[in-house]
Amino acid sequence: MTSFQGYLRSDGRKGIRNTIVVAYLVECAHFVAQRIVAGFEGEDVQLIGFPGCFPNDYAAQMMDRLCTHPNVGAVLFVSLGCESFDKVRASNTVAATGRPVKTLVIQKSGGTQSTVAAGRTWVREAMSRIAEVPRVPMQIGDLIIGTVCGGSDGTSGISGNPAAGRAFDLLIARGAACIFEETGELIGCENIMADRAVTPELGEELRRSVQKAERYYATLGYGSFAAGNAAGGLSTIEEKSLGAYVKSGESPISGLIKPGDVPPSGGLYLMDVVPDGEVRFGFPNISDNAEIVEMIASGAHMTLFVTGRGSVVGSAISPVIKICANPDTYRALSDDMDVNAGDIIDGNRSIDQVGAEIFDLVVAVAGGAQTKSEQLGHREFILTYKSFDPIGPACLPAHA
Amino acid sequence: MTGPFLLLHEADNVLVARLSVDQGTVVALQDGAITLSRPIPLAHKIARHDIALGETIYKYGMPIGIATAPIYAGEHVHIHNIRSAYTATHALQDADGTSAGVSL
Repeated sequence: MTSFQGYLRSDGRKGIRNTIVVAYLVECAHFVAQRIVAGFEGEDVQLIGFPGCFPNDYAAQMMDRLCTHPNVGAVLFVSLGCESFDKVRASNTVAATGRPVKTLVIQKSGGTQSTVAAGRTWVREAMSRIAEVPRVPMQIGDLIIGTVCGGSDGTSGISGNPAAGRAFDLLIARGAACIFEETGELIGCENIMADRAVTPELGEELRRSVQKAERYYATLGYGSFAAGNAAGGLSTIEEKSLGAYVKSGESPISGLIKPGDVPPSGGLYLMDVVPDGEVRFGFPNISDNAEIVEMIASGAHMTLFVTGRGSVVGSAISPVIKICANPDTYRALSDDMDVNAGDIIDGNRSIDQVGAEIFDLVVAVAGGAQTKSEQLGHREFILTYKSFDPIGPACLPAHA
Repeated sequence: MTGPFLLLHEADNVLVARLSVDQGTVVALQDGAITLSRPIPLAHKIARHDIALGETIYKYGMPIGIATAPIYAGEHVHIHNIRSAYTATHALQDADGTSAGVSL
């Protein structure tokens, strides 16, 4: 059985990285947090944060899940002091897991320079403490893997997405939990997707989640469709959706989760990323990294990112494997791409062969190999306001 | 079907370019050969046969939109002659896949 070394956390979950996150709790603390991180070039210290000053249950829960993610070893919160984010509660949540945690309040720490200095001192100390985290054997069945597509074009649905779907099938067959998402990019697929649910009731939940997305985007006046999608040959949202849908592979769908819900066992899960209730805070996810962050909050150890037009992003906390669907884009941006699924379009390799390469790469990255975006230093992160109701009892049939 | 265009599903009425195809290229279709009246970029679509106004467009064997004009066999099928059955498509002037939006 394939095995690699992971970091054992107190809740029993295992991480593939041992990152220190520095989290700003309002935009006003962003710069100071960024300066603290800048003192650790080339070391595993990463910046995350929430820019808003108003309280939001979703953002608070996301920060809790991110700061206790199995890839995270220690957390430094950076607060201005007067923002509404409940830093005491967040700090207690992290402390309860046994991770080193510290909160610096700029208004009480002497301002920019002394807070940066204090932050860097604490991070250096935390680094030696988390070096003691026990290493344990980890199997594919311990992994949670997400998938997104970004900068999609007409090649995505023919090469990159089917290959990612093949990798999902291989991972799920070995016990991993895999998450696909963006219900706004499944418009037109709701009926074929519902037929794959493990129960009819779950199928109905899947159908409803896409109908919700359709209503939400109709209110906003734009579909989940960027101008570059059209330049790349995609004409309608349903054409984009059908291409995106094949990322899910052919496994049965075991459940419907929302951002921050951790899959309770192996299998395939749809993440409903569209907020509940009336349209309040704008677009469901304003860019690709907002989707990636939500899958990480649901425990994703890494993300398979399929691009056609060519994205260069990575992510904080969990590595991103970039799969390039378009052979011309691969030639132009090969330094940023981990997998050339354009080979399928060029006729050089089959979907199965590229799917197997993605699977092997997932295992290697879980074992510590760095993805292209990690090597280049990409650690993008974005978190905005949203609101969700909890999932209903039909959403996780095996665990109801 | 061989050549530069892929038929993804037997039920489809569009073909997908597997590489960028030049204007003037002669393409064999089921109702006879046609000559491309414009370049077709990688991953863009052409009509497999004549498509009537209001007809459903099929790709992957699934509906991807509705014809907003009669489309002749071999013609570029895109946002100028099909529309979504769900939400309108937002595009810029580079949607034809050939005109660059910025200078290189």
